[in-house]
Amino acid sequence: MALIRYASPAWLVLADGQIFRGKSFGATGTAIGEVVFTTSMTGYQETLTDPSYYGQIVTQTFPLIGNYGVNASDFESSKSYVNGYIVREWCDKPSNFRCEDTIENFLKQNQIIGLYHIDTRRLTRTLREAGVMNGAITTENPEENPETLENLLKQIRAYAVINAVESVTDSERHVYAPEEKKYQVVLFDFGYKRNIRQELVNRGCEVIVVPAQTSPEEIRELHPDGIMLSNGPGNPAENTQIIENLKEIAKLQIPIFGICLGHQLMALAHGAKTEKLKYGHRGANQPVIDLASGRTYVTSQNHGYAVVGDSLDPAIAEVSHINANDRTCEGVRYKKINAFTVQFHPEAHGGPLDTAYLFDEFISRMQENFRKEAE
Amino acid sequence: MALRNDIKKVLVIGSGPIIIGQAAEFDYAGAQACRALKQEGLEVVLINSNPATIMTDKAMADKIYIEPLTLDVVKRVIEIEKPDSVLSTLGGQTGLTLSMQLAEEGFLDSHHVKLLGADPETIHKAEDRQAFKDTMEKIGEPCIPSKVVETVEDAVNFAKEIDYPVIVRPAFTLGGTGGGIAYDEAQLRDISTNGLRLSPITQVLIEKCISGWKEIEFEVIRDRKGNVITVCSMENFDPVGVHTGDSIVIAPAVTLSDREYQMLRTASLNIISELKVEGGCNCQFALHPESMEYAVIEVNPRVSRSSALASKATGYPIAKVATKIAVGYTLDEIMNQVTGKTYACFEPALDYVVIKFPKWAFDKFVYAKRTLGTQMKATGEVMAIGTSFEQAIMKAVRSTELGVDSMNMKKYQEMPIENILELLQGSVEDERSFQVFAALKKGVSVEKIHEITMIDEWFLEKLKNLVELEDWLADGELTEEKYLLAKQYGYLDRTIERFSGQKCPMHKNAVYKMVDTCAGEFKAETPYFYSTYDDENEAEQFIARTDTGKKKVIVFGSGPIRIGQGIEFDYCSVHCVWTLKELGYEAVICNNNPETVSTDFDTGDRLYFDPLTPEDVDNIIETEKPYGVVVQFGGQTAIKLTRHLADKGVKILGTSADNIDAAEDRERFDELLEKCGIPRPEGFTVMTTKEAVKVAEKLGYPVLLRPSYVLGGQNMIIAHSEQDVVEYMGIITSHMIENPVLIDKYMMGTEVEVDAICDGKDFLIPGIMEHIERAGVHSGDSISIYPAQNLSKKIRETIIEYTRRLALALEVIGLVNIQYVVYRDEVYVIEVNPRSSRTVPYISKVTGIPMVDIATKIMFGATLKDLGYETGLHPEGDYVAVKVPVFSFEKLQDVDTMLGPEMKSTGECLGIGRNFEDALLKGLVAAGYDLKREGGLLISVRNSEKKEMIRIADKFSRMGFDLYATSGTASYLNRNMIATNTVRKISEGSPNTLDLLESGKIHYMISTSAKGRMPARDSVRMRRKSVERSICSLTAVDTAMHSPMYYCPKERLTTWN
Repeated sequence: MALIRYASPAWLVLADGQIFRGKSFGATGTAIGEVVFTTSMTGYQETLTDPSYYGQIVTQTFPLIGNYGVNASDFESSKSYVNGYIVREWCDKPSNFRCEDTIENFLKQNQIIGLYHIDTRRLTRTLREAGVMNGAITTENPEENPETLENLLKQIRAYAVINAVESVTDSERHVYAPEEKKYQVVLFDFGYKRNIRQELVNRGCEVIVVPAQTSPEEIRELHPDGIMLSNGPGNPAENTQIIENLKEIAKLQIPIFGICLGHQLMALAHGAKTEKLKYGHRGANQPVIDLASGRTYVTSQNHGYAVVGDSLDPAIAEVSHINANDRTCEGVRYKKINAFTVQFHPEAHGGPLDTAYLFDEFISRMQENFRKEAE
Repeated sequence: MALRNDIKKVLVIGSGPIIIGQAAEFDYAGAQACRALKQEGLEVVLINSNPATIMTDKAMADKIYIEPLTLDVVKRVIEIEKPDSVLSTLGGQTGLTLSMQLAEEGFLDSHHVKLLGADPETIHKAEDRQAFKDTMEKIGEPCIPSKVVETVEDAVNFAKEIDYPVIVRPAFTLGGTGGGIAYDEAQLRDISTNGLRLSPITQVLIEKCISGWKEIEFEVIRDRKGNVITVCSMENFDPVGVHTGDSIVIAPAVTLSDREYQMLRTASLNIISELKVEGGCNCQFALHPESMEYAVIEVNPRVSRSSALASKATGYPIAKVATKIAVGYTLDEIMNQVTGKTYACFEPALDYVVIKFPKWAFDKFVYAKRTLGTQMKATGEVMAIGTSFEQAIMKAVRSTELGVDSMNMKKYQEMPIENILELLQGSVEDERSFQVFAALKKGVSVEKIHEITMIDEWFLEKLKNLVELEDWLADGELTEEKYLLAKQYGYLDRTIERFSGQKCPMHKNAVYKMVDTCAGEFKAETPYFYSTYDDENEAEQFIARTDTGKKKVIVFGSGPIRIGQGIEFDYCSVHCVWTLKELGYEAVICNNNPETVSTDFDTGDRLYFDPLTPEDVDNIIETEKPYGVVVQFGGQTAIKLTRHLADKGVKILGTSADNIDAAEDRERFDELLEKCGIPRPEGFTVMTTKEAVKVAEKLGYPVLLRPSYVLGGQNMIIAHSEQDVVEYMGIITSHMIENPVLIDKYMMGTEVEVDAICDGKDFLIPGIMEHIERAGVHSGDSISIYPAQNLSKKIRETIIEYTRRLALALEVIGLVNIQYVVYRDEVYVIEVNPRSSRTVPYISKVTGIPMVDIATKIMFGATLKDLGYETGLHPEGDYVAVKVPVFSFEKLQDVDTMLGPEMKSTGECLGIGRNFEDALLKGLVAAGYDLKREGGLLISVRNSEKKEMIRIADKFSRMGFDLYATSGTASYLNRNMIATNTVRKISEGSPNTLDLLESGKIHYMISTSAKGRMPARDSVRMRRKSVERSICSLTAVDTAMHSPMYYCPKERLTTWN
């Protein structure tokens, strides 16, 4: 209560000129980004620290955010990559036994500008109808001076998410050892979520996290048992060098598993196309049909681009999963190389754990390779 | 996969009469199921004994049996109808249990009937304690550790394994006598020693104590392909220990991090997958508040109260989807009706929060134990949707019609802080949330309250926000900023004015948001709205977008189910909506009860899920701009709005506001009766005890006392002496001095009830109902017979004539309900209600006259003549229908079961037969009476009724019953040549009546007393004992007189189409 009473104002300015007046939380100033929404009802910490949100202003459609505070162990990376954060209401008195701090303090520490006390449903409906749109959150009244507003709008409209992967990938290698090492996996860091690494470590993989630009030669020298292509932000087609590298890496005949951006890059490396979705899939309730089994799984998703299923060369690969709602491509299986990729997030965090079995499949592909080598 | 081709004809088993724990939600589920089956072109046979339901309507099934839900009857229906399958999962526990019994006996197999929804193995695994434990163990899902022990040493050893605190539950002691919570070994030794001594088989269950843990529920759906989804998570405001039906519930769960949420979600999916449920399932968990430890509390492999709530909370129609799955479809084949573009195989995303608030009957059962525990006590519930917890709980609390419009309850406001803390330290009561709020308001810290109550700090902090807002409102000028924030927090204008002591500086209307299952991600066309204080009005946009040019009519529903205002009013509201649609109007529903058919978003053209207070309703009218509104089908909840709406210039369809008032206002009503030349029992209005005593003397005892403006006979008594009058007036005046009390001459005659339809010129009485119990027993608690059996031609004609006069004098347009008493061959009017009544569904069904349909058409100008009806009494059928009330006494501790002017029943069922005896027998069997032809009868009646006992006792005696009575009655009966054993009164020491009841020798008890209610009185203790021992207790002489154990004719089945 006291919260709203004493909060200072903040505004959201959209590229189409709409202005939402709300209250400020987190850092102050002005932040421009691509405004997107996620429908997840839990997992705001994971969202805030998912590098795939790089360059975006994220809106939570669930109205009450920050209920359980923040804690270090649920972060998906070391910091937040969002450009701005919009909620209807944040909780200044969180309650959870693991809670270490409030969401506002987290935003302040990460210099993230937040906006609350706006009609987030109206904003969501706007984005749904018009598609993702650039916008700015600002704590300086944009309505005071028409000239300032005009300037801001110009900046907003000129904004584009570029060099996203470069900006989030770690330039150094890191090795993570399991309790008992059974496999060695190279994890390409396009902006990876920690739980991808953790799922591998839990299954006995020593994980070598390598920078996004790591060359095929370097990979070959590492002799990994498997290669994991991570999630990440931005327009996949922009990453031309990585796509070239992946063409070579695919030839190594090492089992490859791709998630999200990794899935898109792999498809691009094999001649397919990607497209930008009107407003993307962001949430923890996206139904995906596994075409082989006919089963539908509820998945966690966060992507603005998708692989165009029809653009895959049937001789090279086939669509293995589709989104039950809009029928877009959600997974690809490769025919000539030992690779499979998915658009959604089997590592969850946040979201359902229903497709974690895909990590098991990756492991069994590596095992199968061992068996073949032994023969 | 699609529809299985081996299914052509399905038997749907309903849930029977409404009792606590099994209420209207199963009518909602059953109606959805029947519709879904019919959509598939399947032949539907339905059995349900509850006539007040939509599911037993003609249009719902091809064949409807309104028959007792007993194994024998269901078997016979199967033999006659030869269905190829039975749907087991939509008729509550009743339907599931019957299905299970049919399967276990091999009856289904031998008749080649398939069980749909949950197979016997699934039901066994979920319902059998040990099988459930084994199943959970197999898939690694933790249960609450427990062990049966027979010695104190074993108890102590087991406690060491599972850690303290532990709960000790002695086996076979009633109400858990001798049990308790032990926090250390010394306590455990004490309690278990005592528990073992009290247990007749020397056994106690030692269970890990998880009270104080969070209680979380998931609604899960699975299809035969193995697809699994969760529809909704829910979190209880009260920690484990209070039945979830008695807890405030919030959806989705709000205090769980994604880790905890996904852990429990995954557990739910694992459970439903292992149980192989095909349809809906409810999983309840206890979650340790300070760790990731959890335990599975319970799993229901069927549609439940929680699934009705989850359906309404999310817009996801669980019952419909579960039914389609049961007949072969898979989740990915079923369209999401809300978006029309996506499929049922997804999980709803909410962009609001939902609060369920229970409705209890403690206002009626003043002496009932208000403690909440593992036995559910609420009769109904409301749901509220808001963009914040604060907004939702404010809406919820005013929807419950407790007489408060905020969390402040006068009695706790005035209570010293020490007393409130004492209450919080004691056992949980129904008003706990108000006690907590009062404590916060008096400055007790969140930490302290959490420590005492274990309610999560998150909830307490939210309540504290309301405290702070109220303080802020009271402090300084009421600015627009304050006003707007208060609106967003869910406060009404009048509440804001009361707290601030100032006029509102402005007025803001609510806007409406859509419930769309997907948080706005997809465009939806669900006509399902709730109010908020934002700027965008989606309802307005929707109305503009879908404008059909049709006139709009709003139908106000009846709110939460309570004693006296039950599912019948929902039946009427729904029928009104259907007729409005048929007449070419756009029908809009406003209601707040998640259990009902009326709040299914596809019942009307639009649904507003909001409270039904004047301001809430004004907002809806502002957005809808209706042609008119209908108030006469929503019980007192809707009728209450009439004056306000009429003052605002809203067109009230049907009987005018002025005439409704004429029937409700005592003075105006007396004038009207005088004008019509109709007598009523003499009576007066008094304010003080002194006046009351004087008036009572003048009238002559017995007299009937009640506060003016009552519902369901609330706080009504029959006083036999001055002492009774003084006691009663003492109670009433201590509560509400400003409210006058009515005293009437009590006439011990035959009660007769009439529901009539009037078009302003002609009137139609579909049937006259006669009550078995004489006046004095509330009409809702009486066994009611159609057609009346014992009325002379003259009386009958008088009743028809009086009905005509009253209907015309009140200018009734639509329905009117009139209660008469026939006393010494004269007809008197007791009550006139110019609205639909509890008996409308019953009489509509038994006479075949669609009363609500006709009444609705009349509101829009049709006449009875146009519709093809004669004036006067409709010709009687050649069958007899008996409506038998059903009570929930075993759920309500300390409630006196003696019937009186205060209504006590929670539901009803119907018996139809060729003659009165057949019908009554069926009705009683359906109501759960276990009728015996021999055994023991205990008689304990007040002096005035001893004479009448002779005939009754004689009948029982001739049948071969052994008779028992206390000394007075026994010697009286013996003097009259009826052999009766004498038994000691309770005060005379053991063995006495209580011991006799305990002994198993008694099968019937006839118990009446001059005074009741107080739990300490002997008669009340005896009646409570009979409830505990499931002994049929007859508390009115007439019920005993007509109890058909003398007849025991062969039941016959009648289809009701």
